[in-house]
Amino acid sequence: MRRYVIRRLLYMVPTLFAISLVAFLVIQLPPGNFLTAYIAQLSAQGQGVDNAQIRALEERYGLNDPFFVQYWRWISGILLHGDFGQSFQYHRPVADLMWDRIGLTLVLAVSTLLLSWAIAFPLGVYSAVRQYSLGDYAVTFVGFVGLATPNFMLALIFAWVSFRYFGQSVGGIVSREYVDAAWNLGKVLDVVSNLWIPVLIIGTAGTAALIRVLRANLLDELRKPYVTTARAKGLPEWRVILKYPVRMALSPFISTIGWILPTLVGGEVLVSIVLSLETTGPLLVESLRNQDMYLAGSVILVLGALTVIGTLLSDLLLAWWDPRIRYQHMERV
Amino acid sequence: MATGTRGDVVLDIRGLRTHFFTDDSVIRAVDGADLAVRRGGTLCVVGESGCGKSAMARSVLQLVEPPGRVVGGRILLYPSEGADDPVDLASLHPTGRRIRAVRGREVAMVFQEPMSSLSLVHTVGDQIGESLRVHHGMSRRDARGRAVELLDRVRVPGSARVVDSYPFQLSGGMRQRVMIAMALACGPRVLVADEPTTALDVTTQAQILDLFDDLRRDTGMGVLFITHDMGVVAEIADEVAVMYLGTVVEQGPVDEIFHDPRHPYTRALLEAVPRIGVPRSRRLPTIRGAVPAPGTRPTGCVFRTRCPEAVEGLCDTTVPPVTVPGPGRRVRCLLQEGPADGTTGEETTPTGEESVHVD
Amino acid sequence: MGPSPEHPPLPARGSDAAPEAPGTTTTEESRTDLPGDVPQRVLVWRRFRRNRPAVAGALVLCVLVLVSIFSEFLAPGTPGAYNADRTYAPPQRLHFVDTSDGFDLGMYVYDYEVERDPETLANTYTVDESAKIPVGLFVRGRPYEMWGLFPGDLHLIGAKDPDQDVYLLGADRNGRDMASRIVYGTRVSMSIGLAGVALSFVLGLVLGGLSGYLGGRVDNGIQRVIEFLMSIPTIPLWMGLSAAVPRDWGAIQTYLAITVILSLIGWTDLARVVRGRFLSLRQEDFVTAARLDGCGTGRVIGRHMLPSFTSHIIASLTLAVPFMILAETSLSFLGLGLQAPVVSWGVLLQEAQNIHSIANAPWLLLPGAAVTVAVLVLNFVGDGVRDAADPYSQGGGRLGDRNPR
Repeated sequence: MRRYVIRRLLYMVPTLFAISLVAFLVIQLPPGNFLTAYIAQLSAQGQGVDNAQIRALEERYGLNDPFFVQYWRWISGILLHGDFGQSFQYHRPVADLMWDRIGLTLVLAVSTLLLSWAIAFPLGVYSAVRQYSLGDYAVTFVGFVGLATPNFMLALIFAWVSFRYFGQSVGGIVSREYVDAAWNLGKVLDVVSNLWIPVLIIGTAGTAALIRVLRANLLDELRKPYVTTARAKGLPEWRVILKYPVRMALSPFISTIGWILPTLVGGEVLVSIVLSLETTGPLLVESLRNQDMYLAGSVILVLGALTVIGTLLSDLLLAWWDPRIRYQHMERV
Repeated sequence: MATGTRGDVVLDIRGLRTHFFTDDSVIRAVDGADLAVRRGGTLCVVGESGCGKSAMARSVLQLVEPPGRVVGGRILLYPSEGADDPVDLASLHPTGRRIRAVRGREVAMVFQEPMSSLSLVHTVGDQIGESLRVHHGMSRRDARGRAVELLDRVRVPGSARVVDSYPFQLSGGMRQRVMIAMALACGPRVLVADEPTTALDVTTQAQILDLFDDLRRDTGMGVLFITHDMGVVAEIADEVAVMYLGTVVEQGPVDEIFHDPRHPYTRALLEAVPRIGVPRSRRLPTIRGAVPAPGTRPTGCVFRTRCPEAVEGLCDTTVPPVTVPGPGRRVRCLLQEGPADGTTGEETTPTGEESVHVD
Repeated sequence: MGPSPEHPPLPARGSDAAPEAPGTTTTEESRTDLPGDVPQRVLVWRRFRRNRPAVAGALVLCVLVLVSIFSEFLAPGTPGAYNADRTYAPPQRLHFVDTSDGFDLGMYVYDYEVERDPETLANTYTVDESAKIPVGLFVRGRPYEMWGLFPGDLHLIGAKDPDQDVYLLGADRNGRDMASRIVYGTRVSMSIGLAGVALSFVLGLVLGGLSGYLGGRVDNGIQRVIEFLMSIPTIPLWMGLSAAVPRDWGAIQTYLAITVILSLIGWTDLARVVRGRFLSLRQEDFVTAARLDGCGTGRVIGRHMLPSFTSHIIASLTLAVPFMILAETSLSFLGLGLQAPVVSWGVLLQEAQNIHSIANAPWLLLPGAAVTVAVLVLNFVGDGVRDAADPYSQGGGRLGDRNPR
C-alpha cells in the first residue's frame, strides 16, 4: 500500500507541472502584458508614462526574457517564497487576495461533494433495486433534469424566487455583521446556515450524475452470480444488497469523484458569481475581464492543483476500498 | 414412489413448475419435474443445455431471478427426525424469513463459476463464516476460526493463510473448494450443486468430485448434483434423473439407468457418449433433430419430435403419465409398460392446457 | 443463469382465460425477430423506437433543428429590432377567440398601456383591453435575409399590421422581442454545439484511434494527456483561454475561436470511447475469426469492426452536444464567450445576471429553459441510441427484448 501511495504521489508531479504550464500560458496568452494594461490605465488617468519608465519596468519584471525564463521566475517565486506575483488591479500581492477565497471555495466544494454523496447514495441504490418502479422513474427524471439545467440557471431561479416571494436578495456566505469579525462559533454557524443553498445548487448536476452512475453500476452488479451466492446463504435481502453488489458498485462510484471534482470547482465559479459568494469564482472572472493575468493564472493554478490533490485522495480511497487495486499494484511494483 | 423408500428421502420435488414471465410470453423452464433426493445419496440431474436443470436447482431455494418464479408443484424438505411434517419450500415467499432460515443452514448451494460466484472484495474467511454468523449468531472471531477448519476439511493447503486472502488470489480449483466450504459451514442436510465442475480442468474436476463423494459419506447429507456430463454421472451418482424440456423423463439408480435405460431419450443420450473399445468404424450416434425452437413446444410427449420410436396418434396426443417399471424407477413414456405411479397426482402432468397462474 | 432462450415462449394467459392454442402467428412473429435474421441497424432502430423518452426527445430535437434552420421565417420579428417604448415589456397573452362583442374567431393580443416613471425612467405596463393587435399566420413583417442570402419578409406568426409588434415572450432591456431572440439564439447555440462536437470528433477519432490502434508508447502518451485534461477544472480553463480571444475580433472569428476552445478540451471523452471500443473489439472472437479468414486490416476494420462501433460513436456524439451547449452557455453568460451582437442562449442569459432585471422581468430566464430542454432531449436521444446499440450495457439483457411489443 505504501509503495502505491508513493508511486501515485510521484505520478502527480508531471500533472502539476503541466497545470502550472497551462496556467502560465493563460497569463502569457493575451496580447500585450500586464504592463501595457498598466500603462493604458495610467494614461487613462492622465498620467504620462515616458519610455524610460517603461523600459525600467520591463527590466524589473523581465518581460523581454524568453517564455521559459519568465516561467521559471514565476514558478520558483511561488514554490520558494509563496510569491504569486502582484495583482495589477488591486496593487496587492496575489497571495493576499487569493487564500481567503480559496478557503471558502474548498469548504464549498467539499461540502458539496459530501452532500452529493449523501443524496446520491440512497437514491441510486433505491433506483437500481426498485428498477422500473414509480420511484425509479421519478428519480431518473429528476436526475435528467438536474443534469440538463445549468447550475447558474438554478442559482438565478433561486435568486428570483427568494427575491420575489421572500423579499430578500441573496448573496454572501458570510453575513454582513460577521464580515470583519474574527472566526468564532457564531460566525461558523452563520456560514453553515448560508452555505447549504449554494451547496445544493452546485451539487445538483454532480448529484444527478452520481445517481446515474451508481444506478447503472448497481444494475450490472445485481445480476452477478455472487449476489445469488450471498442470497443462498440465507442473508436478509437488504444485507445481501448492501454488503455485496453495493460494495462492488461503489468502486467505479468512488473513482468518479476524481472526475466530479473539476465539475464542482467549475460549477462553483458560475454559481458564486450569480449568488455573489466570496469565493474564487468572481475573483477569477473579474481578473480575466480586466486582464489581471497574474491573479487569474494563480487562481487557475491553485484550483487545478487542488483538483489534482482531490483526484489523488479519491484514488487512495479507492485503493483502500477495493483490494483488487491494492494487490494489483503491489504485484506490479 | 414406493412407501418403503420414503423414510430416507430428504428432498422430494413433485410437479415443480418454474416459469419465466416476459413481456409477452411465458417460458416454461421447469414444467412438471419430479425427483427425490435420498439421505446420504447423490442424485445426478442430466440433460442438454436449456432443459431446465439450473432453473430447477435454483427453485429449490427460491433463488430464481425475476422475471422467473416458482408457479406450482411442491418441494418437500423432510426434517432429520421423521416425526415432523415436511416443509414445502415451493410455498415459501422468495424473500421471506422462513426460506432464509432454510438457505445455507438446511439446504446449501454450490454454483458453477467459482470466480464470479464469490465476491472479489471480501476475504475468503468472511464469506465462509458469514452463514455461521447469520444462522448461529457466531462472533466474527469464532466464525473465522471455523472457516479455517472448514478450509482444512475441503483440503485447502495453508488454510490459515488462505482464510485472509481474496478469491482473485486463488486458483480455480481452490475457489471451488472455498465455495464448497462455504456451503458446508452450517452442516446442511441437502447440498445442491449446479454444475460445480464444469468450469474446471479435468484433473481439478476429478479432485473436486472425490471431495464431494467423501463429504457426502462423512456428513450423510443428500446431494442434488446438476451436470450435463455423463462421465461425471458415472463417477459420482447413486441415482440419475434425466431431464428434457423442463420435465424429468426418467429417474432411477445409476446402474439400472446406464444398463437398462427405458426412455428413448435416455437411450439416445447414453449412445451419444464416446466409449473406449467400440470399433472406430462406427459413427458416434447423435440425437436426431434439435431441441424444439421457441414457440414450437410439441403436444403430447415433449420428446416425440426427436424420438425414433414415436407412435403417431398416440405420442402426439397423450401426455405420458409416470410409470414404475421397477423399484425406485420412474419413467414418463407411453411406450413403457408398468404400473402407474399412484403417489404423484395429476398435478404432475404437464399439459399445454392447464392454466398458468399469472398475477 | 437466466432462463435459457431455447425455451418456447408461449403467450401469457390469465388463469381463467379460455385455453386457446398457441397462435401460429405469434410463433412466426417471434421467429422472424430472432437476432441474426435482421441487420443490426434494423434491430437498433427497433429497440430505439421502443424507448419512449428517446423517441419523444428525437421529435423535439427535430423541431429544434428546424427552428435553427428556418429561424428567420419562424421568428415573429428580428433579434436586433429595438423599441425604447417597450423596455422590459411583459409577455402578451395570445387570444384565439374574441367574445367582447359577439363571437369573433381569430388570433390577437392586447396592446400595452405604457406609463413612464419620470424619476427612474422605468416603464410600467398594463394590458389595454381596448386596443387589439390582430395576429396572423404567414404575415408580412420585418424584412430579413434568409441565411444571409435571400431577402424576404414572410413570418410564420406576427402582427397582421407590419407596423405593429407583438411580444409573445416579452421584451428585454432594449425592448427587443425575446421570442425572436430565443429563436435566433437556437441557431447559434445548436450550431456551436454541433460544430464543437464535429471538431472534437475529428480530434477524438484520430487520437483515440491512434491510441487504440498503435498501442504501446503512443497509447500511453495520449492517455496521460487525456487524464491530464480531464483532471483540471474545465470551466476556469475555458475561461482563461476565452479571455485570451481578442475583443476586437469579429463575430465569426469569435464564434470559431470559441468552438476551437470548446473542442480542444472536449475531445477527451470521445477519444476514450473510441479507444476503448477499439481495444475491446480487437479482442472479440469475431474479429479474430475475420482475421483468421484472411481478411485484410482494412476489411477487418471496415466490414467487421466499424458496424458494431458506429452506433456507439453516434451515441457519444449525441451525448457530447449538450455538454458543448452547456459550456458555450456558461462562457457567454460570464461574458467570456460570444459577444453581444451575436445572439446565443448564453448571450441572452447575460441579460439576466442582475437580480433586479430578473425581479422585473423573469421572462429573461426563458433562454435558460431553452437550454434545459435542448440538453434534456439530446441526453434522452443519446441514451436511447446507446441503449439500442448495446442492450447489455445496463442491467443485462432483458428477455423481453427479443420480442416486439
